Amino acid sequence: MAASREAEEVKVLGLTVSPFVVRVRIALNLKGVQYEFLEEQFGSKSELLIKSNPVYKKMPVLIHQGRPICESMIIVEYVDQVWAGDYASHSILPSLPYDRAVARFWAHYIDDKWFPKLVVILKGGDTEEAHAEAAEELKAGLKLMEEVLEKHSKGKPFFGGDAIGHLDIAFGSYWTWILAAEKISGFKLFQQKQTPLLFAWSQDFCLDVAVKDVLPDVDMLVEHAKKFSAWMIQNAAAENN
Amino acid sequence: MAGEKGVVLLDLWVSPFGQRVRIALAEKGVDYEYKEQDLMNKSELLLKSNPVYKKIPVLLHDGKSICESLIIVQYIDEVWSNKAPLLPAEPLARANARFWADFIDKKVYECATRLWKLKGEEQEVAKKEFIEIFKLLEGELGDKTFFGGESFGFVDLALVPFVAWFYAYETCAKFSMEEECPKIVAWGKRCMERESVSKTLSDPTKVYEFVLFLKKRFGVE
Repeated sequence: MAASREAEEVKVLGLTVSPFVVRVRIALNLKGVQYEFLEEQFGSKSELLIKSNPVYKKMPVLIHQGRPICESMIIVEYVDQVWAGDYASHSILPSLPYDRAVARFWAHYIDDKWFPKLVVILKGGDTEEAHAEAAEELKAGLKLMEEVLEKHSKGKPFFGGDAIGHLDIAFGSYWTWILAAEKISGFKLFQQKQTPLLFAWSQDFCLDVAVKDVLPDVDMLVEHAKKFSAWMIQNAAAENN
Repeated sequence: MAGEKGVVLLDLWVSPFGQRVRIALAEKGVDYEYKEQDLMNKSELLLKSNPVYKKIPVLLHDGKSICESLIIVQYIDEVWSNKAPLLPAEPLARANARFWADFIDKKVYECATRLWKLKGEEQEVAKKEFIEIFKLLEGELGDKTFFGGESFGFVDLALVPFVAWFYAYETCAKFSMEEECPKIVAWGKRCMERESVSKTLSDPTKVYEFVLFLKKRFGVE
C-alpha cells in the first residue's frame, strides 16, 4: 500500500539514454524509492516537461508530490535529503563538510569542463585536430578522476567509499557514453593500464543493483549514435549558454 | 593573523564570486585572513590550492582548500551551522535555492561580460539577454523581501555582488536597470542595508574604472 502510494507521488521525466536522467534514477534506486518513469519522445518536449521546467525546458525533472525539481545533481541532493532517516544507512553525500565540498567540486568539474569535450568527440563536422585535442583532454580528465579516486576513496571501491555516492553518480552516469564514444570515433579514451582504479571502479559501478538496469547499454548507444549525438549536441549547446 | 582556526581567503578585491564568500563569512561572523591575489602573476599558494582552475576565490581552512564560490558558501554554511543559515532547511526550498543560484552562475557573468566586451549589434543582443535574465530573476523574487522570503540567503548572496556592477553595465551598454528591473534594484538596496553586504560590495565607480581597465587590456574601445 505504502509503496504504491509513494510511486504515485514520485515521477521522473526524461529519456533513458540521458546521463543526467540516469543520475536521478540511480539516486532513487539507492534509496529504494518507487517512481513512475515518464519517457519523453525524441525530438519533442512534452507539455508536462515545459510546464515543470519553464526556465530550461530540459530533462530530467523530478516531480514529487506534484512539485518539480530540476537540474540533475540538485535533484540527487534533494533525493538524498528527503529519503534520509529511514534510509540513513545509505547517504549519497558524504557526511563531513569538506568531503561534501570535494564531491561537489568534482561533480561540477565533470559537467563544466569534461562533458563538453565528450560532445566534441561525439559530433561530426569538426576537424580531425579538434577531435584529437578533445580526446587528449578527455583522457587527461580520466587520469584526474583516477587520482581523485585514489585520494578520496581511501582504498574503498567507490568515490563515496563502501557504497555509491554523489561523485560516483555524477561521473558514472557518463560511463557507457564514454565507451560508446570510443566505438563511434575510433579514439581510445579509457585505458585500463593508465587508470587501473577506474577500471576496477567501473566494474563495481556498472554491476551495482542500483545502476545496472538504468545505465544505457553501450551497443544500443552506438547503434542509435547519430540520433543521440544530435540530442547531446543540442543539450550541450543549451547547457553551455 | 591566521584568523579563526586558520581560515584564509584567496581573492580579488572586485570579484563578485569572491564577494559571495566574504558576505557568507561576514554573515556567520567568522574571522579570516584575506589575501589579495595578483591574477596576472599567480602565487604559488593559489596554484597549489586550486590546480584545476587556478582561479579565485579559494578558501583555505585547517590546511584544506575549497574552490568554486557556491561550493565554498555551502561549505561555510555547513561548518558554521550554528548561526545565520544561508540555505533553507526544507528540502524543496533548498533545491529551489540551489536551482536559482546555479541559474545565476550559468547566465549572469557570461552575458554581462559580453555587455562590456562587445559593440554594436552583438552588444545589443547581449543587452537584450541580460535584461531577460534579470526579468526572470525579478519574477522569481516577486514581492518577497529577499529571494528566500523574509531572510537573506543563498540566492541573494549569489546575486548581490553583481549589483555593484550595474553602473558599469548601464554605462557601457546604455540602459537603466531602474527602468528595466525596478524590483531588482529595490532588492539590491535592501541587501545593502545589511552590513555584510555594504562592507563587501565594491564601489560602483571603482568597478566601472576596473571595467574600463579591462576594456583597454582586451583592446575594446
